Amino acid sequence: MTTTTALTIAAWPGIEPRLLLPGEASEDYASYRKQGGYQPLDDVDRLLGEVDLSGLLGRGGAAFPLAVKVRAVRDNGHRRGGAIVVANGEEGEPASIKDRWLLRHRPHLVLDGLRLAARTVDASRAHVYVSDRQAADAVETALAEVDAAVLNGLAINVVEVEPSYVAGEETAAVRVLNGGPAKPTDKPPRPFEEGVSGLPTLVSNVETLANLPFLHRHGAEAFRQHGTSTSPGTFLATITGAGRPPALYEIPHGVAFTDLLTLHGVPADQVRGVLMGGYFAGLVNSDILDATLDHESLRSLNSGLGCGAIAILTDDCPVAVAASVMAYYDRENAGQCGSCFNGTAAMSAVTEALRDGLATDEDLARLERWSVVLRGRGACATLDGATNVAASLLVQFPQLIASHLENGCKTCHSGAFSAVRPYEVEAVMPA
Amino acid sequence: MRIKLDRTLCDGFGACAKHAPEYFSLDDWGYAALVGNGEIPEQDHDVVVRALLDCPVHAIIELGGHRPAAQPATIQDEAPEPHLNSDDSEAISDFVR
Repeated sequence: MTTTTALTIAAWPGIEPRLLLPGEASEDYASYRKQGGYQPLDDVDRLLGEVDLSGLLGRGGAAFPLAVKVRAVRDNGHRRGGAIVVANGEEGEPASIKDRWLLRHRPHLVLDGLRLAARTVDASRAHVYVSDRQAADAVETALAEVDAAVLNGLAINVVEVEPSYVAGEETAAVRVLNGGPAKPTDKPPRPFEEGVSGLPTLVSNVETLANLPFLHRHGAEAFRQHGTSTSPGTFLATITGAGRPPALYEIPHGVAFTDLLTLHGVPADQVRGVLMGGYFAGLVNSDILDATLDHESLRSLNSGLGCGAIAILTDDCPVAVAASVMAYYDRENAGQCGSCFNGTAAMSAVTEALRDGLATDEDLARLERWSVVLRGRGACATLDGATNVAASLLVQFPQLIASHLENGCKTCHSGAFSAVRPYEVEAVMPA
Repeated sequence: MRIKLDRTLCDGFGACAKHAPEYFSLDDWGYAALVGNGEIPEQDHDVVVRALLDCPVHAIIELGGHRPAAQPATIQDEAPEPHLNSDDSEAISDFVR
């Protein structure tokens, strides 16, 4: 029995899932091998070519092209005498569950992707970086099952840290693996230049890695049979909110948001907006009803898919949601950069005052200014996430802002939305 | 010269912005951020070095001085996201997980 029994797991109607598997069990080595896993890799350059052609973008939130990162780590590694690979499963966004699900239920798919990635950058050491006990146990069990020959000499170890919003940022992962705290460092250097043990390091999200076995077996053309030209493939979407139980769907990029609503059983006319990308990409108003689920469409709304977590707002007031998210950023930032710990506290105070009908025009003007000038002022992007929430609230919901300035929000009067970790899929279980 | 500012170290003393305001901006609370990409042209070396030496927490660091001869390639320097233009990619942040 796992704690995810309330979570609906489903692939998009009509598609053969590449990442999801039905059922509660963790896929074992024999089952994974039986369905074609751990195929021998004879031609690394061919695989790298397929990764290039696939256009696979990182699934951790930044949508960075994997092939670019792989080539940089490989080239730097050849110059510096080695490279390291990190499978990043530290899922910091509370509204996302997909990385933990993959690690708990399909550890061999992730390990298969990890050993392929290690070959592409010529790494002989790899780490699986997690903050979830079930995930760590599943990966340890999988490592005990796996035939050493298929790993081709790759040494893999599992590293577990306390969960936090910033622990999954790539430089925080590197810092932990170098013996430090799970907090980001300023850049440069980035891990692809200098990471674990000072070596060039490929830090890749576990869902990104989980796409590699498919690419290895079927190639880029098959990979691109789902998705759009610039957002190829499928992605895992954690859907929360709307008074419905949470769900994890495997979705081809480019499908209509309204089709997702239908699948999830939410009437479109009840949707006030969404919180995108976990918390990071901020709020979108009902314009989301015209969007498709791909990077281009969401970018045109000044938002993003991020890690694929979407909270649907129906009854919840977006101002109150923003206030809870901003309070989360105020608490969960790393406490390292002055602009971030001051900026998130200040933006949180104004957003909460706005929710409570206590904010003034001057407060609002300050919030608007901070949402612009604080962007990019942190060593990691936590502060950018907070500015995204502030800026999107102000731009997307001007009428709601006006009514809150007059203390006229009926929804908030009758008990405002409030959550320590808004739209969290499951409670954090510390290591 | 090329420098970086480690914002996790900055304690908001503000000496940098006093000496080299073109390269260091302060936020509402006095914490600094680097303006530009850290490349400092010859004519501005003196003021930036003064800022570097005067920072009480050594948050300003000169880059490149102590590296081995074989410099690692950087994505920014050598491969500015080939085949990718920013309109086609989400690239909403550098919050790389």
